[in-house]
Amino acid sequence: MITLQHYLVLSAILFTLGAVGVMFRRNLIVILMSLELMLNAVNLTFIAFSRYLGSVEGQVFVLFTMVVAAAEVAVGLAIAVAIFRQRGTININDINLMKW
Amino acid sequence: MKEVIFYALGAITLVSAFLVIFLRRPIHNVLFMITTMIGLAGLFLTLQAEFVAMVQLIVYAGAVMVLFLFVVTLLNLDEIQLPPDSSTIRWWVGAGFAIAVAILIFPALVAFLPGAEPKSLTADPTATVSNTAIIAKELFTTYLLPFEIASVLLLAAIIGSVVLVKKKY
Repeated sequence: MITLQHYLVLSAILFTLGAVGVMFRRNLIVILMSLELMLNAVNLTFIAFSRYLGSVEGQVFVLFTMVVAAAEVAVGLAIAVAIFRQRGTININDINLMKW
Repeated sequence: MKEVIFYALGAITLVSAFLVIFLRRPIHNVLFMITTMIGLAGLFLTLQAEFVAMVQLIVYAGAVMVLFLFVVTLLNLDEIQLPPDSSTIRWWVGAGFAIAVAILIFPALVAFLPGAEPKSLTADPTATVSNTAIIAKELFTTYLLPFEIASVLLLAAIIGSVVLVKKKY
């Protein structure tokens, strides 16, 4: 029997993997992908709860999350392209102008 | 049967997510991200969220990941090999943060589990109408204003990305 907790544990592992990716990788593109991974873990939680509670609101929220994620990816990749054009690197250790 | 499907899809999703994080070449990361998205779409199907599963396939595995692939190939990022991070302090901060996230999330789940255990996901109260029809009804009545705001957000993102990648400001 597959219960709600299976899906929640799976999405928790997925979220942790995304956080690990943001923390460990130095490549801007991979960091953006790890963010996507975390957003998708949250989406899985929404859908699992929507099914568990028998309510469709969770799925509507997932659609809004996808809109925000798409906007974030478009702007993030545009920033990555602009940075690469200007600095010739996507290593975030070299992009430290606004870091204190 | 349901267990087999769930564990297979979960294994696909987790293994390819792991490979997204730890493979070195960006093109492999993007390709395994597509596998992760397909696995997640399958999981959405097991939760009987057909519409969201299809949107996941079209928007994420289709559009978003192709955008990533496009940037990786356009900028020739695959040629660039980033050196391993020299800072050990940052490594320890990262590891500590990951463990902290795991420690924070899992007890919260366990605390929720006793209430969740007796009910299963098999009962379906909304089987008479199609999933898409229900979502559309909610989206265009109750959540009409957020829907319109989301379209404005997308417009802002389009204009923002065009302005950002323009040659001359």
